[in-house]
Amino acid sequence: MLIRLNGEETECRDGSTLLDILNEKDIDPETIVAEVDEVILKPDEFTTCELHDGSVVEILRFVGGG
Amino acid sequence: MNDNLTINGIEIDSRLFLGTGKFGDDSLIPECIKESGARIVTVAMRRVDFNSDTDNITKHIPKDCILMPNTHGARNADEAVRIARLGRAAGCGDWVKIEVISDNKYLLPDNDETLKATEILVKDGFIVMPYMTPDLYAARRMRDAGAASVMPFGAPIGTNKGFKTREVVEIMCNELDIPVVVDAGIGKPSEAAECMEAGAAAVLVNTAIATASDPVLMAKAFGEAVRAGRNAYLAGPGAVKNTAEGSTPLTGFLR
Repeated sequence: MLIRLNGEETECRDGSTLLDILNEKDIDPETIVAEVDEVILKPDEFTTCELHDGSVVEILRFVGGG
Repeated sequence: MNDNLTINGIEIDSRLFLGTGKFGDDSLIPECIKESGARIVTVAMRRVDFNSDTDNITKHIPKDCILMPNTHGARNADEAVRIARLGRAAGCGDWVKIEVISDNKYLLPDNDETLKATEILVKDGFIVMPYMTPDLYAARRMRDAGAASVMPFGAPIGTNKGFKTREVVEIMCNELDIPVVVDAGIGKPSEAAECMEAGAAAVLVNTAIATASDPVLMAKAFGEAVRAGRNAYLAGPGAVKNTAEGSTPLTGFLR
């Protein structure tokens, strides 16, 4: 299926969860915050939130800033 | 005498806030924090770049610091609110520096959108510190909306031009009953001291420290300057005069 991940069209396996995406990208879940279809996920929702075709996923982290 | 800064009822023992952007080497950040004495540290929020091995900046920030995410990137109130809520969900607590900027040339903050974001985020339980274009009326509205402080710029972000907005900010310091934190444009420790001498409650510095040849030494200098400026303000400087007045008695001359 096709999702929009951080602004880019991205292929992923049907039934993927947010955690699956993080694992594929080698991202430590404790270092990020995620939003799916403009809903901020709690960390314990990473394994339960199933993505669907067209899901808009934002994965963000803190960076240096003033 | 306890001269700690109090924001939202929380005592902070440093009047220098440190930004963490633009460091050539993020591993210098912990030493800069230590040497400057800063306790409030700002960060930003960005999409993870899957093609690069960018560090999580918070690993460089001691756990006893107050982490204050900014909403940089927000062009309007709705975007600022979204970023603030993401920052809180990322585990940084309730502090937020609202930054709403749609001008890419001078990076001037939009006071109207900043006020709207302040109103929403205060109701949402955030400790809100709005970055703003110096304006007493706008600052009063932000205060009335529940902002914990106001953060007028000294000069446009990253310019190192100094305390160009002194006249207006000094009026704000005199007239407002919430902390006024000068943020942005401060290029030298002497300029940070000047902010404090004018009555600012604190100063936020990023570029001037991060891009110095020796960021750690510069951080120390800024920490000292902020304390010196604050002490000068509390000491009550003498009057400025147009004509000379000798420092030595005008009696007992040898003739």
